[in-house]
Amino acid sequence: MGIKSLFKNADLSRVENDIVEVVIAVLTGFLISGALMVLGGYDPLRAYISLFKSAFGDLYGISTTLSFATPLLLTGLAFAVSVRAGVFNIGAEGQVYMAALGAIMAASLPLPEGLYLLAEFVLGVSLAVIWASIAGILKSQRGVNEVVSTIMLNWIGFWIVEYARTYVYFDRLEPQRTIKIPVEGRLPLLVPGTELYAGIIISIIATFIVYVIMWHTSIGYEIRVTGMNPIAARYGGINVKKSTLYSFFIAGALAGLAGVMEVSGRPPHYAITTGASNLVGLGFDGLAVSLIGRNHPLAIIPAAIFVGALTAGSRGMQIESGVPLEMVKAVQGIIIMVLAIPGLVRILKAWREKK
Amino acid sequence: MMDAQMIINILVQTSYAATPLLLASVGEIVGERAGIVNIGLEGIMLISGFVSIVLAYTFQSPFIGVIGGILIGGVIGLLHAIIATYLKGDHVISGIGINLFAAGFVPYGIEAVWGVRGYFTIPASLKVPKIPGTDLSPLFITSIALALITYLVMFKTPYGLMLRACGEEPRAAESAGIRIEMTQTLASIITGLFTGLAGAFLAIDWLSSITKNLPAGRGFIALAIVNFANWNPILGVAGSYLFGFFWVLIGWLKLSPLKEIIPLPLMETFPYIATLAVTAGVIGRARPPRFVGKTYKRE
Repeated sequence: MGIKSLFKNADLSRVENDIVEVVIAVLTGFLISGALMVLGGYDPLRAYISLFKSAFGDLYGISTTLSFATPLLLTGLAFAVSVRAGVFNIGAEGQVYMAALGAIMAASLPLPEGLYLLAEFVLGVSLAVIWASIAGILKSQRGVNEVVSTIMLNWIGFWIVEYARTYVYFDRLEPQRTIKIPVEGRLPLLVPGTELYAGIIISIIATFIVYVIMWHTSIGYEIRVTGMNPIAARYGGINVKKSTLYSFFIAGALAGLAGVMEVSGRPPHYAITTGASNLVGLGFDGLAVSLIGRNHPLAIIPAAIFVGALTAGSRGMQIESGVPLEMVKAVQGIIIMVLAIPGLVRILKAWREKK
Repeated sequence: MMDAQMIINILVQTSYAATPLLLASVGEIVGERAGIVNIGLEGIMLISGFVSIVLAYTFQSPFIGVIGGILIGGVIGLLHAIIATYLKGDHVISGIGINLFAAGFVPYGIEAVWGVRGYFTIPASLKVPKIPGTDLSPLFITSIALALITYLVMFKTPYGLMLRACGEEPRAAESAGIRIEMTQTLASIITGLFTGLAGAFLAIDWLSSITKNLPAGRGFIALAIVNFANWNPILGVAGSYLFGFFWVLIGWLKLSPLKEIIPLPLMETFPYIATLAVTAGVIGRARPPRFVGKTYKRE
């Protein structure tokens, strides 16, 4: 398969509109949030400069940005695959928790040194896929709304992990977190002294694999047709229930990878911390990543880097300009609301002509 | 053993636990009957809760706080409607946007207004006063009255028929002269107003504080109740009280000897498991309005 044939499906005129729309959405997000900062008595210009300086200003900043982009790429893909199948599976959050728990379970086992990484991935990803399948089976067999079921599963997963952290896998030295992943079970760092670890390579490979599955295999084709028009898909001989379920499996596996790598790769914890604080939000940020990337696996790469930069830069913003770091979530929320509007460019053009 | 006082306590607590669920789910029923899905209930509750506390604090008046919470909910409902009806946007994505914005804006706001991180508690003087002689909130009566009025308007008046037609057969509704976008926008504003009241109730009545987890999933449980109630406000009341009672029961179990057997974090999962089980068991049969969540486009 040549590179050319890989991209033959891309429609360039639509891509251009998409890019303009994303840029408008991003600017709107920054503008409205900036206005809120002024209301709160902060200096938005200083805040945004410090945000981008700490996200891209030096090698450390860029490494931090990419390290935050690593799991977001995967949770973003997880959501994108679901949307392509016509379901709003917002359960990546809970699947990340369960996968991280699986990795910690593997770490607790007495294994030969070389087997830890493999066991973490197998156990973690399996738990996440099981977690996603519950919502998938409820959806395809009982017609249960996946938004409701995945949110419930997120909460259930959170409390199961909290239970395991306090009662089962607590560390005797620091009982507020779980035991650590043993050194031989960790992914290597790419840039010493930063948080950038080898997970980014796995994330990018996974992205290309998902792209190939979705656009160059029959399973991917069936998933996409199901999402576009389930009735037509059924008449076309596609097993709609099956492809819906497959989309949940793929999403679970991707979110699971994110969860495993977050505890086995990112310094300094290599454990699950109090209130799963090093995992909370990865799934929901993935929604933003997917929507900014227009639910396309390849466009999700820059989208993940963008949201990763917001996350990485938010710390610097808080230190230098005093703006609470949660503000970047509000920026993302506004971006998504603007992106919900289809044909934004067309609407703006029509509006300009009217004037 | 159970005595009369204990039973009264459970009933009073259930009325508190059920009220926000009732308000949000009945509000959502109005919206969905007209064809507008808003999964941003969680975010609306959070923002309304915050705004109601800010206003109650600024004007030293719980009444102004409640009104402010209701109104900001209505504004978000309007914004959602503009995206979903006039601009033909995706309902679910807009709702996700509302939730994400709220999750960022409220912790920011708490810090910007009071200079504290995470949560802010109001003095008892700013709480909504209870019904004299009882432990009940006046908003409990209000919420039940609102549900009954909603039921009557929805099923016994021409306005209700218009509203339901938009969610059921928008094309036929339009040829009958109903202005789809206008009707849907109004319904979405009502969803926002009701959910805004739910947020205000949580913040300056029941819990008398604002945290970044104020709704704790109640917005999504309200969405489950909408399905459970088969899009009927009266059944919405029943569903809210069932889930509310369940929540209270689990609160009691957490204090009971059972906590020696089942660790607390696992008990925390019960309300969510119950919601999931009820949704899976009962709701398979429910039938949503045919055009709910589908953007209406003219040919």
